[in-house]
Amino acid sequence: MIDFTLPALGADMTQGKLLEWKVKPGDAVTRGQVVAVVDTSKAAVDVEIWQEGTVAQLLVRPGETVPVGTPMARLLVPGELPASRRRVSPAAKQRATALGIVVDEVSGTGPEGAVTLEDVERTAASAVPPVARAASPTGKVADMRAVIGAAMSRSKREIPHYYLGESIPMARAQAWLESFNAGRPLPERLLMALLPIKAVALALQKFPEFNGFYRNGTFEAGTGIHVGVAIALRQGGLVAPALHDVADKPLPTLMQELSDLVLRARNATLRSSELSDATVTVTNLGDQGVESVFGVIYPPQVALVGLGRVSLQPWVEGESVQALPVMRATLSADHRVSDGHRGGLLLSEVRERLQHPETL
Amino acid sequence: MKTNYREALRMALREALASDPRVFLMGEDVGRYGGSYAVSKGLLDEFGPERVRDTPLSELGFVGAGVGAALGGMRPIVEIMTVNFSLLAMDQIVNGAATLRHMSGGQLHVPLVIRMATGAGRQLAAQHSHSFEGWYAHVPGLRVLAPATLSDARGMLAPALACPDPVILFEHVRLYNLEGELEDDPDAWRCDIRSAAVRRVGDAVTLVAYGGSLLRAMEAAEQLSDEGIEAEVIDLRVLRPLDVAPLLDSVHKTHRAVVVDEGWKSGSLSAEIVARLMEGAFYDLDAPVARVCSEEVPMPYALPLEEAVLPQPAKIVTAVKELMGRK
Amino acid sequence: MSEIAVPNRKSSSLAMLTHMLRIRRMEEAAAEWYGAGKIRGYLHLYIGEEAVAAGAIPCFGEQDDVVATYREHGHALVRGVPMNSIMAEMFGKASGCSHGRGGSMHLFDASRRFYGGNAIVGGGLPLAVGLALAAHMQGEARVAACFFGEGAVAEGAFHESMNLAALWKLPVLFCCENNLYAMGTALERSESQTDLCAKAESYKMPALRADGMDVVSVREGTLQALSRVREGAGPVFVEYRTYRFRAHSMFDPELYRDRQEVEDWKRRGPIHTFSARLKAEQGLTEQEFLALDARVMAEVAAAVAFAEAAPFEPVSTLAHNVVAEDGP
Repeated sequence: MIDFTLPALGADMTQGKLLEWKVKPGDAVTRGQVVAVVDTSKAAVDVEIWQEGTVAQLLVRPGETVPVGTPMARLLVPGELPASRRRVSPAAKQRATALGIVVDEVSGTGPEGAVTLEDVERTAASAVPPVARAASPTGKVADMRAVIGAAMSRSKREIPHYYLGESIPMARAQAWLESFNAGRPLPERLLMALLPIKAVALALQKFPEFNGFYRNGTFEAGTGIHVGVAIALRQGGLVAPALHDVADKPLPTLMQELSDLVLRARNATLRSSELSDATVTVTNLGDQGVESVFGVIYPPQVALVGLGRVSLQPWVEGESVQALPVMRATLSADHRVSDGHRGGLLLSEVRERLQHPETL
Repeated sequence: MKTNYREALRMALREALASDPRVFLMGEDVGRYGGSYAVSKGLLDEFGPERVRDTPLSELGFVGAGVGAALGGMRPIVEIMTVNFSLLAMDQIVNGAATLRHMSGGQLHVPLVIRMATGAGRQLAAQHSHSFEGWYAHVPGLRVLAPATLSDARGMLAPALACPDPVILFEHVRLYNLEGELEDDPDAWRCDIRSAAVRRVGDAVTLVAYGGSLLRAMEAAEQLSDEGIEAEVIDLRVLRPLDVAPLLDSVHKTHRAVVVDEGWKSGSLSAEIVARLMEGAFYDLDAPVARVCSEEVPMPYALPLEEAVLPQPAKIVTAVKELMGRK
Repeated sequence: MSEIAVPNRKSSSLAMLTHMLRIRRMEEAAAEWYGAGKIRGYLHLYIGEEAVAAGAIPCFGEQDDVVATYREHGHALVRGVPMNSIMAEMFGKASGCSHGRGGSMHLFDASRRFYGGNAIVGGGLPLAVGLALAAHMQGEARVAACFFGEGAVAEGAFHESMNLAALWKLPVLFCCENNLYAMGTALERSESQTDLCAKAESYKMPALRADGMDVVSVREGTLQALSRVREGAGPVFVEYRTYRFRAHSMFDPELYRDRQEVEDWKRRGPIHTFSARLKAEQGLTEQEFLALDARVMAEVAAAVAFAEAAPFEPVSTLAHNVVAEDGP
């Protein structure tokens, strides 16, 4: 018997609200299968499971909000026989029926894990009908604001940020992009925003101390380069789901994944792994006309690359001054892990990469 | 007035003897000796040997004589020294007193009161310490009482004597020296022999006890209260017919119950109470009904062993916490 | 005891004969209706022992208490319990003296102070002691007559009761019907002391013996014993030597005694010997005897018809009379 616990779908997530189960007791599940949809306060996320087995019991009921790490379901591992019947006290069972609560989804705190009257009543109190919740978007935004606030407060409280800036000429990148997109149908065209993301990922291969997590007083390098892409949501707030293994994928693939990610972020159907896996964040506020971003690192990540708008700037090359498309890139980094020297080299690498867009 | 359980019983006996010429007391050493637990001390002098009648060691004989005297229009109070000795008289109680009304189609009735000491706690070992209340409570035709307080010690005898059926009163040996305040006003202790009583109000768990176990349950309830668990304590008072309604009401509120009984578990009164709760309060229960009873051994003599057998307050506390999922 | 003369009043003699005949014919009918399945449970017949009840029970006054055993049809009948009521009780009917709750073994009649049907051997003795104790404490002259078989003397209840009654000098008449067999166990196979009077005497209780096959002997012995009890000297023990002609109960194959022994005792049968004596000594004619018998047979037939026609108590009354309806 194994427990499927609520994963942290992002470092700032301390709890989640189950919106929907995608499985029911008796279903066999495989690695990577989406088993539930959880509202993280930022988004409705498809939660995947990473173990194989058969769902024995659902412990959390849709509508219930539980802390990260709470057992949400019990699974029989392959070959395991179902255990004896779930223990539910007679009083709990009757009360659950009266309240319309599915007792199989209530977690038990009584003797030998039995569901007690109190368990049912607690569940009933926390379970606001989903319809009522959906009708209250302001409540949701407020929730998200609180979550972002908590994460950013933690970041500013704990992380000794340093900031570096670099102006990156974008003429070559623009020219390459134009020729790449020429003649391609709209769905296959690349967006300019994708190029710096890929450039950052490639640069991080050389500077791994900016890619990973700072936890429990030590830095853990990321096992892959998963770039969290900050996506503003229409109703306010933002999420930064991960594009996985960015350095290893060709641009067209990344473009598809990015489009999908943005769409799903705005439809609130992100997957749990997308919310929790990002090893670094890239935030691009160029569309908003911002020149420079002074970003706040998303804990427990250790670096954030901010991108401003691409605009024509006077550019001195040799002894002449030209008007060239330039983008202001900034790095916010964690001084506990890196320092400005290495940060500067990282930004230089990003700039160099963008001067050779055909290698991206 | 400040008094004790023994004296409260004696006051009741004295009142009964004084107020009804049909009443007499008989048993082993109730007269000159003053009662093996000194309950009847002084009554011989007051009422004489006809009405405070020493018997031979002849439980079957004198209990049967009590049945006959009751049939003959008297109101006998028969004292049996301990419940263990009552087994010698069980034929007359169970085959006789309990059946005569029914067997005769309602023509006969046996207004007999039998008092006996019961229970352990005095290191009297395996032939003087047991609790067979449940055996008598098993028998239709009997009424079985267990006064556990000074008030009941004082108040239960009169309605028992007024009752047209055979009534057995169990006096727990540990209670004889129980001291306390007894109201002078008879209304304070005048009582019925029908109903159970709530001795302590609580909402977390119902402790069901009677006789000598009531004190232990009350003690456990105080300990639990220190930990924020408020136990409701119900004194059964009447072991037959059981007054189940207050138990069901209480469990309806607390959703949990622990039955405390000095009898053994197997085939017992505690088992009966659990069954009644299953029948009447199943859907109120939030945990299995637990029992804290005597260990299933004949009562050993040595103090540590005797104490280990009995349903001590610590065992009750543990049982309650387990029910509540608290270790 | 000295030889007793036949009472010279023919009517008294006829009454005793009538009692015996009524018992005999009623029990024969009971056996017949047992065979027909109308009477069930245990049925302990008194046939052969009729002289004891017929001789002894009329000696007691209305105020006296009579306690008997599970072989008590005869005692009940002689005590005055109507035959209809006894037969109906054996049939388990509502009109039975115990409303069908008792059956053959548990005949009671409170109005006649008949505390009959105790089916625990020896169980009635302490009861009788208690009834006598009540009488004693109430200052009333009544006597408790307690019938029991010789099998009961092996019980502790016998000894405890004998001792208690003698110790407290209570007005009990212990009437021991010695029919020689406790179910299937002969007296000499169950008692080291087979002289039952000696047992009583060991409690300093006067004891006497009567011929339980002779109704006159029974009557005389009982009257003599009763007068001593009434004098206030305490209890008296009477042993009636008698014999049961039929099996212990309807389940008994009678493996424990010889046919010849039964036949020998039957020759001393209380009815034919007494009727013969009445014919010889008091001028009872055969015609009168047959007429009496016919009247008794008619009474029995009527009792059976009554019992058959009577209703059972409705099951709705099942829980009645367990404890007082108007209890505490």
